Amino acid sequence: MSSTEPLVRFENIQKSYDGQILVVKNLNLDVDTGEFLTMLGPSGSGKTTCLMMLAGFEPATHGEIFLKDQPINRVPPHKRGIGMVFQNYALFPHMTVAENLSFPLEVRNMDKAERETRINRALDMVQLGKFGDRRPAQLSGGQAQRVAVARALVFDPDLVLMDEPLGALDKNLREQMQYEIKHIHETLGVTVVYVTHDQSEALTMSNRIAVFNDGVIQQLAPPSALYEKPDNAFVANFIGENNRLLGRVASVDGNSCRVDVDGGGSVIANPINIDGEGSRTTLSLRPERVSVRPDPDSQPNIFDAKVEELIYLGDHIRTRVGVCGHNDFVIKIPNSSDHASLQVGDAIKVGWNVEDCRALDASD
Amino acid sequence: MNTDLAQSNVNESGEMITADGVPLRISLLRAKKRARNRALLLVAPLFLFILVTFFIPIISMLFRSVENQVVGDVLHRTVPLLQQWDEHGSDLPNEEIYAALAEDFKEAFENKSAGSVGRRLNYEQSGFSGLFRSTNRKARKLEPPFKEALIKVDKDWGDIDVWRVLKRESGSYTLSYYLAALDSSYTPTGEVYKNDASNSIYLPLFWRTLWMSLLITVLCLILAYPISYLLSTLPIKTSNLLMILVLLPFWTSLLVRTSAWIALLQKEGVINDLLVAIRFIGDDQRLTMIHNATGTIVAMTHVLLPFMVLPLYSVMKTIPPSYMRAARSLGATPFTAFVRIYMPNTVPGIGAGAILVFIISIGYYITPALVGGQSGTLISNFIAYHLSSSLNWGLAAALGTILLGAVMVLYIVYDKIVGIDNMKMG
Repeated sequence: MSSTEPLVRFENIQKSYDGQILVVKNLNLDVDTGEFLTMLGPSGSGKTTCLMMLAGFEPATHGEIFLKDQPINRVPPHKRGIGMVFQNYALFPHMTVAENLSFPLEVRNMDKAERETRINRALDMVQLGKFGDRRPAQLSGGQAQRVAVARALVFDPDLVLMDEPLGALDKNLREQMQYEIKHIHETLGVTVVYVTHDQSEALTMSNRIAVFNDGVIQQLAPPSALYEKPDNAFVANFIGENNRLLGRVASVDGNSCRVDVDGGGSVIANPINIDGEGSRTTLSLRPERVSVRPDPDSQPNIFDAKVEELIYLGDHIRTRVGVCGHNDFVIKIPNSSDHASLQVGDAIKVGWNVEDCRALDASD
Repeated sequence: MNTDLAQSNVNESGEMITADGVPLRISLLRAKKRARNRALLLVAPLFLFILVTFFIPIISMLFRSVENQVVGDVLHRTVPLLQQWDEHGSDLPNEEIYAALAEDFKEAFENKSAGSVGRRLNYEQSGFSGLFRSTNRKARKLEPPFKEALIKVDKDWGDIDVWRVLKRESGSYTLSYYLAALDSSYTPTGEVYKNDASNSIYLPLFWRTLWMSLLITVLCLILAYPISYLLSTLPIKTSNLLMILVLLPFWTSLLVRTSAWIALLQKEGVINDLLVAIRFIGDDQRLTMIHNATGTIVAMTHVLLPFMVLPLYSVMKTIPPSYMRAARSLGATPFTAFVRIYMPNTVPGIGAGAILVFIISIGYYITPALVGGQSGTLISNFIAYHLSSSLNWGLAAALGTILLGAVMVLYIVYDKIVGIDNMKMG
């Protein structure tokens, strides 16, 4: 198989549970071999349904899914050879850890010596070499999670699906497990399709992220592109913190456009996803791309602002200001040695560059 | 003031203490006492109720299976003297013992208590009841020499075996009820022997009770497993409706249900009529399905089915569907996944349901009494018979104790094999 061939291809997939509402609307998606692809989206956006269709637990209402160029709509789950990590691990409680890992090998009629080699290798991979005799009930959340990962990988599948596997862990453990899963992916070169609603998880682990909303992929891009160059207002809002300024396009001029903001003020923005002059638009601006007390004339957009609230967060100070009639405008001021010192009620100037201020579709 | 915190919290004997210097352990006990007292108060009514209506009657019933005070109480002059008499010899007791017996009979006549001894000893050897009745009638007229007088009243008093039985059963406690319950008897000289097969009643009944209960349990499991699985996988609205159908027998009177089975299964009943109508059997070949073991098994399986469905359902409800999905994704066929992953996780429900059905059916009374006929009655029907008709409470108690013991043994075996902690009632 050449590396340009996608491992998984969704072709015009539609899914409905009740015959009235489409949960997944015409999905087309290629997953490359060796890739870590994350399906990210709010609950009810169709991401888990896509995963279940790929695993074979839900039939597609329309369209075809290909695995290694073979259509798999009619292949039952146990013949697809896809490893899967479930949300609550789904470790079999009546079996020890080693028996859990042995199960996929036994149903493949592997002999005992081979099974033991593989089980030990898989347990060592997740640093649980001595836990083979434990029952799942005797494991901590993180250990159970590792066993679930080891079990999904022990039979060497080409593809592993993970359905919000870290949802039940606390924050520190979750971050640690993110790195571990990422490292396992890099070491083994296995293809991973990962479902989560946690955007930081998606950003940390993925090669590419498919942002789902309302049954449609809103944007499919590597993490940095997704954060820095969101295609639409939903993605801009969903990934990272974002300032939204609603307005109307006054004029478009090549690589820039002028937008009259609803609360007053005229902003020069980067036209990404607008319908032309006179149309409604949402301006998207990352909080860390706003400068406080900029040099006059250094930036095209400079506005008066009033400091409303200061929240000290250690590495940065989250500053809420009122600007252009929007009171929920947030600026992140890094806690560097020469950062601007502000008091609530101060009248200041804030400014930003044209390319950082993206004019996107009018949401809501 | 001691500023060292670690030291101030420990007294000289090394115990942790509170800020006031009271040992921490005592302080904790005091704090817990109120909660404990309230908890005791909450359980007290039920505890007393169970003690008075359940434990005390059961203990007194168990005691009746060995109790044998009546002989020694009524014949209180005779019994001590009998201890010196050698029952293995060939001589009748001496005049002194006959005299004591005559005195005892005179007193028993006043107290009207001779009949109860006669009844008691009649369980050991028939004829005692009549012997005591006739002797009692003439008790006042007995004159020395008493040996001749008594033998004249009833020649059985000259039978050495009568005296042997009397001596054997003169103690305060007896095992003869248990012997009877196990289809054994004493020879007059006190050896135990097993009754021949034609006189064996209870051991075959125990076996029948055991295998029929086991069969009913297995039938319940076979019928309940699929329906419980269906109930646990259906959406809640549909499963509630189905659950009502399962529970319907619970809400119907036992008598109505059993009568319904009689209407269905009897010779002129619905099923036989149907089989004849479709010419599956001839009119002269109508099946006997009621008033025999078949009737008991069919009706009891129906009656006890909810006791199997409910624990199974509640256990299956807690098995996440992701177990089966995980097994499938790991490469198991639906059948393998079901047998190796799903079924082992339902063992607590199977255990609870099986124990429930088995223990209820091993002591079941009404249904076998109504539809059991000759071959379908269980041991409990005989216990009831001895309690209410033959009034041989000692034998009823012995049978009941053996049944209780058997259940206990099975329970322990179950605990050893499956583990009682594994059981889940709901």
